[in-house]
Amino acid sequence: MDSVLQLSIVILLLPFVGFVVQLVLGKAKTPADYVIDPHESAHHDHDAHGNVADAHTADHTQHAVDVPHEPAAHAPSHGDHHYTYHVTKRRGPWTDADQTRAYRLHWIATAIMGICLALSIYVAYVTISAPAISGAPNWTPKAEASAVWYDFGDAATSAIGRAYVITLGVLADNLAAIMLVVVTLISFLVHLFSSEYMREPSMHGGRFNRFFAYLGLFTFSMLGIVIANNLLMIYIFWELVGVSSYLLIGFWYERPAPQYANKKAFIVNRVGDIGMFAGILILFTQLGTLELTKVFTMLSAGTLPYGSELWLTAAGILLFCGAIGKSAQFPLNVWLPDAMEGPTPVSALIHAATMVAAGVYLTARIFPLLTGDAMLFVAAVGGATAIIAASIALVQWDLKKVLAFSTVSQLGYMVLALGVGAYSAAIFHLVTHAMFKACLFLASGSVIHQMHHSLHHIHDHSRDPQDMRNMGGLKGKMPVTYLTTLIATLAISGVPLFSGYMSKDEILAGAWAFRNVSPGFIANAVWIVGYVVAGMTAFYMFRMVFLTFWGQPKAADIYAHIKENPRVMVGPLVVLATLSLWIPFGGNPLNPGGGWFLSSWVRTPALVAPAGAQPHVSHAAPAATHESAAPPEAGTPAEAAHGATGAFQASLEHATHELHETGIPHVASMPALMSLLVAGTGILIAFLLYGRKEAKGQQVSWAAPTGVRAFLFNRWYQDNLYEKVFPVGFSLVLMKALAWFDANVVDGIVNGVGALSVAIARFVGAFDTYVVDGLVNFLGGTAQFVGLLFRQMQTGRIQTYAAYAVVGVIVLFFAVTMMASAL
Amino acid sequence: MPAVGLPHFLTIGAILFSLGLFAIITRRNAVMLLMGIELILNAANVNLVAFSRYSTAGTSLMMTGQIASLFVIVLAACEAAVALAIVLNIYKRFSTINVDEVDMLRD
Repeated sequence: MDSVLQLSIVILLLPFVGFVVQLVLGKAKTPADYVIDPHESAHHDHDAHGNVADAHTADHTQHAVDVPHEPAAHAPSHGDHHYTYHVTKRRGPWTDADQTRAYRLHWIATAIMGICLALSIYVAYVTISAPAISGAPNWTPKAEASAVWYDFGDAATSAIGRAYVITLGVLADNLAAIMLVVVTLISFLVHLFSSEYMREPSMHGGRFNRFFAYLGLFTFSMLGIVIANNLLMIYIFWELVGVSSYLLIGFWYERPAPQYANKKAFIVNRVGDIGMFAGILILFTQLGTLELTKVFTMLSAGTLPYGSELWLTAAGILLFCGAIGKSAQFPLNVWLPDAMEGPTPVSALIHAATMVAAGVYLTARIFPLLTGDAMLFVAAVGGATAIIAASIALVQWDLKKVLAFSTVSQLGYMVLALGVGAYSAAIFHLVTHAMFKACLFLASGSVIHQMHHSLHHIHDHSRDPQDMRNMGGLKGKMPVTYLTTLIATLAISGVPLFSGYMSKDEILAGAWAFRNVSPGFIANAVWIVGYVVAGMTAFYMFRMVFLTFWGQPKAADIYAHIKENPRVMVGPLVVLATLSLWIPFGGNPLNPGGGWFLSSWVRTPALVAPAGAQPHVSHAAPAATHESAAPPEAGTPAEAAHGATGAFQASLEHATHELHETGIPHVASMPALMSLLVAGTGILIAFLLYGRKEAKGQQVSWAAPTGVRAFLFNRWYQDNLYEKVFPVGFSLVLMKALAWFDANVVDGIVNGVGALSVAIARFVGAFDTYVVDGLVNFLGGTAQFVGLLFRQMQTGRIQTYAAYAVVGVIVLFFAVTMMASAL
Repeated sequence: MPAVGLPHFLTIGAILFSLGLFAIITRRNAVMLLMGIELILNAANVNLVAFSRYSTAGTSLMMTGQIASLFVIVLAACEAAVALAIVLNIYKRFSTINVDEVDMLRD
């Protein structure tokens, strides 16, 4: 197993090497060297080569862009601003040779990702077939290695009785192995897809290679989260994933919408990360380590943070806050729809399959330490997210927006599953969702690519290539795209024979079992929400399919130039569609619980919270008899004996089993029948409204939505609310208050000190003038006065002097007489 | 009539002295000032003679005081001559013998 860990590290580092190679070799000069000039498209003259005469910018040296495609290209936009890119060169021309070289260079990135995929499959095979460590609790990874980064070395003096240690390490267990394959597979397929999708003339100046560099950086970061064995490493790569997302969303950085969207994504993520870091700090300061295995061991031995279950709940909820941010749960869901400003392959990789799954993955990793209250919180957040996002997706017209809200809703499903204790179902759904959502996004990318080119061909820069109201009838022209989209849509809608049915059925069964075991308001609400959202999902996904692919084309001029995409773009779609069938996950398409994925690959870890803090059980299951009756599920009940943690999970297992026996045994349990009913209803309504030929043209409207439709279309006005409260209401107010403070209080103090200095100086000056000089002058005046006085003695007349002499004699005479008599 | 004794002559001498002093101090005319000086000298003479007459020291009829007074008279005369010479020079210099106007030593 050591080789597995080493291979995992190799798999982690290879994409980073790809990142560096693409940047360094990709002639990726600074963007300023190859400025792409956005300006509102006037009408260009396109000559035979598609060169555009331009009288616009002064430093246009030469327009040597002799490429077969039109040089003016623009990224998919919203239909409000279309920018045309003109390359202004400052470091020499961008020639055909440069273009070819850049294209050839990018294959290195794809090759690296292919190697990573192969290695991941091998690692997964070895890991899953390796036995679990016997006797250890079932949240222990099969292999683990860590190195001490920094040991604070204060074991003797620390408040918790052991040293604080920061480590870095990797682990290998089934969950990590599965995620390795998922991430590398989808990354590889996205690389293939992007080689054609992003191959536009606007990709000058190394920007083509920079795209693949960023994809490599992202894959590296995501793999770091997957194989990390401690929370600090997860956090580091968590932030790196956020950075990669920022770079990729803002890839078309000249446009204002991506500039706004990538900041929004990063900042909203950061808000969640505050909570996550607080949770990390609680655990670190109280337990001294962040390694997951050690944390769970300490918690199951009874060492609670601050000795209270409340703090454990708080730690769990705070760590989950990171997932709220990263997985776009309510209330931090606002960034994901805006993230659609990035190129579609980016949306497929990051915002459908992997990065947003990181939040679910984190919650799964910390699942053992969640208490009952934390789990209820998680379930409530997941349920709220699911239904809010699904309701918004019902009325969207932009293809990618439907998928974005669908992603948010499905993530809500996964989080909901974790909250009700259906851990395996959540992971199962994560994997199946990655497959079919990536397929859907890449298919939408395929459609948008063709819409793009068609609009270019007819020189139309006003209509939005992503708006479904411009599409229609594409299944004739893009059959492979249509088929793969259909398969993925059937999967997401929960139709049997597809993977989505299996995972969604498991989640719904889990919610139902939770409701039986631990009833309460949230349990009931979440159960209802699960079914309602399933129906809504089926409805809006099929609405999307009908609007895009069925019926008559709504814009015939665009339709004329649509054709199927080349194999390198369609190939990944086929692969992902195949993986959306039931086959990879279990032999019996109707009984997911019996399939290998749920029964042996991913098993629910035991909760380590103290028994009193676990979810309340209304009627305990006879766990003792059940242990012997269900050996394949030996993971959890066996560990009930390991620690006093089993009552809830044993009851949940029992309730889930009971549910599977209801309805039609081994074919469809009650939860499955209900989900079939709900999904079927959704598809039927979608067909009636959008799929029938008669319905064409009545439901598609270019007018602004009103009433409830407007409320849903504008995303429940959540963005408007946040915009009013935070930048305007909070930051602006704070800014004004601080500016007032600075101008009046701070400057007032400074001015006051100055005024005081001046006053003191004046006083001292006055003192000097009047008192000191006065004294001196007084002395002088006295001398002068005395002099004046005595001057008068000297009259110059001898008679006066004679008189003085006489007086003096008399005085002397008397004086001598006195002295003589005194003697 | 009481017997005329020494005190009576001394009193006369004192009176003469005072008058002479008064003359010195108050007269504006330089010559009058010199007269005052003469008076003072004469007062001294009177005192000398009186003390000589009424003294009982030595043999009777000691004439010391009277002799001294003769010296004083001669000296008075010399001194008057010199003084008048000074007054003459003062007149040459200041064209006046009003001693109030000879105050060049006033600052």
